[in-house]
Amino acid sequence: MLKLDNVSVNYGAIEALTGISMHVEQGEVVTLIGANGAGKTTTLRTITGLLQPRAGSITFEGEEIGGKPTHKLVARGISMSPEGRGVFANLSVRENLRMGAYLRKNKGEIAEDMDHAFQMFPRLKEREAQKAGTLSGGEQQMLAIGRALMSQPRLLLLDEPSLGLAPLVVHTIFEAIDEIRGKGTTILLVEQNAHAALGHSDRAYVLETGRIVMEGPSKDLAADPRIKEAYLGE
Amino acid sequence: MPTLVKRLLAALVIVLLLIAMNSYMSEAGLFGFGVPPYYARVIMLAGINIILAVSLNLITGFTGQFSIGHAGFMAVGAYSSAYLTVYYAQAWERSLGGMVGGSLAHALIFLLAILVGAIVAAVAGLIVGIPSLRLRGDYLAIVTLGFAEIIRIVILNIDKVGGATGFTVPGYTNFLWVGAFAVITIVIVYNIVHSDVGRALVSIREDELAAEAMGINTTHYKVLAFVISSALAGMAGVLFGHYTSFLSTNDFQFIRSFEIIIMIVLGGMGSLTGSVFGAIVITIMPELLRQLPGDLSRYRLVVYSALLILIMLTRPQGILGTREFGLSWLKRARRRPEGDKPVGTGGVPIAEQEPPSAIDRAKEVKNQ
Amino acid sequence: MDTFVQQLINGLTIGAIYALIALGYTMVYGILRLINFAHGDIYMVGAFVGYFLAFQLGFATGPSLVGLTVVLIGSMIAAALVGMAIERFAYRPIRKYARMTTLITAIGVSLLIENLFVARLGAAPRAFPQLLREQSYTLFGNAAISKSQILIFAVSIALMILLQWVIFKTKVGTAMRAVSFNLNSAKLMGINTDFIISFTFALGSALAAAGGVLTAQYNPQIDPLMGIITGLKAFVAAVLGGIGNVPGAVLGGLLIGIAETFVVGYGQNVGVPTTFRDAVAFAILILVLLFRPTGLLGSTVQEKV
Repeated sequence: MLKLDNVSVNYGAIEALTGISMHVEQGEVVTLIGANGAGKTTTLRTITGLLQPRAGSITFEGEEIGGKPTHKLVARGISMSPEGRGVFANLSVRENLRMGAYLRKNKGEIAEDMDHAFQMFPRLKEREAQKAGTLSGGEQQMLAIGRALMSQPRLLLLDEPSLGLAPLVVHTIFEAIDEIRGKGTTILLVEQNAHAALGHSDRAYVLETGRIVMEGPSKDLAADPRIKEAYLGE
Repeated sequence: MPTLVKRLLAALVIVLLLIAMNSYMSEAGLFGFGVPPYYARVIMLAGINIILAVSLNLITGFTGQFSIGHAGFMAVGAYSSAYLTVYYAQAWERSLGGMVGGSLAHALIFLLAILVGAIVAAVAGLIVGIPSLRLRGDYLAIVTLGFAEIIRIVILNIDKVGGATGFTVPGYTNFLWVGAFAVITIVIVYNIVHSDVGRALVSIREDELAAEAMGINTTHYKVLAFVISSALAGMAGVLFGHYTSFLSTNDFQFIRSFEIIIMIVLGGMGSLTGSVFGAIVITIMPELLRQLPGDLSRYRLVVYSALLILIMLTRPQGILGTREFGLSWLKRARRRPEGDKPVGTGGVPIAEQEPPSAIDRAKEVKNQ
Repeated sequence: MDTFVQQLINGLTIGAIYALIALGYTMVYGILRLINFAHGDIYMVGAFVGYFLAFQLGFATGPSLVGLTVVLIGSMIAAALVGMAIERFAYRPIRKYARMTTLITAIGVSLLIENLFVARLGAAPRAFPQLLREQSYTLFGNAAISKSQILIFAVSIALMILLQWVIFKTKVGTAMRAVSFNLNSAKLMGINTDFIISFTFALGSALAAAGGVLTAQYNPQIDPLMGIITGLKAFVAAVLGGIGNVPGAVLGGLLIGIAETFVVGYGQNVGVPTTFRDAVAFAILILVLLFRPTGLLGSTVQEKV
């Protein structure tokens, strides 16, 4: 479904990604783990067109998408909940969700999907009219995920959904990820919390200083002594 | 010691050069050769603009504090000194002339006028700077613009200096004064920039919060740079007023402040030679455009503004960026093909400075 | 008391014009963090388009409400196109560069428009045709309100309500607010941010043009440099209210309009010469910013992360 082939990305003169290749298949949950600054967010920003690759190709459902403007990629079915959540603090919860469905026309369907989002995260329903800036970190993360789903994506990218959240909230978020996957949405999950990420995904890639250093089924990686030592703290 | 000898020699050469240039530019000329008055005027204005640009670069280019009020301090210098020369200079010159001779007395009194202009402008800079410099970015810009306009309107209402009708001022300024003070300004700003103070100023530009965290008293340094910058602008105002021999508050509208900003951005903020270069270009460009053939000359200011936009679109970091032009420039340029290093205020793509290099952060993590 | 009411009415009239222009400054700043110095010139362009429309379409011969409506809407559309063109060709290519570069470009665009108009039309003022049969209505005592003042109030209030509706009730308005808060997040929603920015310029420019035509009905002298000082004061109004804040721009505009009129009307009683009219906007701005660095209605917390 999504294929990165030898993709390199630069920030000015500094190379942030060095020829990374990876793929995500229909219906999979793939996770990308690595230390802070390894290039995980850069990878997602490049896939969504917020950054331009210097070299390499990115294809989505067989079509080259490298360097295409972000809003066109959203129209093709890619959606992302960005790092730091990126909710519009000056907009209400409902307006945030409405923006998630920006490209959709059918008001009835949009209303239905908004109800789904509220079912998934009842806390959001309670705060429907509140400005997103007044929400707690966990609620903002729920909103970011709910909002990303509003475009009915076929591929959902999640950037550090558990970052800075209390364990109980992290649990809620990962339950939601399982639920989304259960409905057939393909997910590429970027996480520092390797333990949770490996437990909720099919396959995983490990990124170190802009290079993919390991890949394989999540179960195998979770059992790998090197991963255990470096990322699972065992 | 040899460096001192070298410096003294350099100073001597500059002084001799200025004296030669001065007589070359006077009506009598040098060995029978002279500069036509029109060109002399352009050269004089370019010299004054160099002082303005270099002084603004200290606060805006090196310290990163965005001021659109430079014309206001220029006006303060021009009017305060003119008040002195118009009402007191003749009497003083007569009494002093008896003691030290006419031309020396004249020079001393003009020097005093320049000092007074600079000091009054510095005081104005202090009064404006202390409250304003707490503000940042665009807010600071608009407040300095506001102060400059208020200064202008206050002057407009002082009848002693001509008010709305204008103020006739003795024409004391010649090339020697302009040239000498342009050199002095460059030397002062160069020395500040290359001192500990300069490093503090640049650290404020790069990251004010970090500078503060490092124990730099940012307010102190910002005000200091602002006051020095204002004093030098006041000096330029003195020279300007005593060159044109007529002061009108219209000469100090905010468009003049814009013009000075254009000079430093065009030359490259954070480059002294860039400011000099920008000042010369902005002085000469409209004059050159007068040469446009026939009907086109009517559009010279249109062409001028279009060129300005074009330069910004094609060379957003200014012509020299943050580099200095000099003899070693060619060598250095060859060694460092990347050219300008990213500088926050220098006009470098924000995209380049945005992420704190992912790689570096990764290395930090690994090293721990 | 009568003169006080009269001064207030006159102040609000000028203030409404400042407010209309200030809205454009504040919206563009909110979305791009750009001081669009060419915006005051758009106000001038609006007045001149109205002037030429009135003559070309034959409305210059006498007052007509149809003529006024056509001229007003026509100049708003034309100015919107000019604003979009400026954004597309001058600002978009340098959007990612540092503030100073964009600022100088904005100054360059402003100079370009002014110089182009002076070169083509001359700097001399022209008389804008009267499209409204001027009439004065006595309110109470000796205070009076003229038809052109009523027009200014009616149209500017209508436009501000319309703007408020667009920004807060429509999808494109919600997108504008989203873009102004976080450009990249907005892109991830599928919002074509270039279109939203372009639309913002169109809206702001149309409002400024309306200000130009309305001013010309109240004070029928237009010239190519009329946008400099008015534009600057409108910008001050936007900063005073809290730049990026729509109601703030209106509040700032009205305050400055009233303050100016009062300086002219009452200043001499307390020793302030009438020439301080042009300084009072700055004086208020400086005082306000020193105590409330983000303006009257600006959020005290930095929204932009």
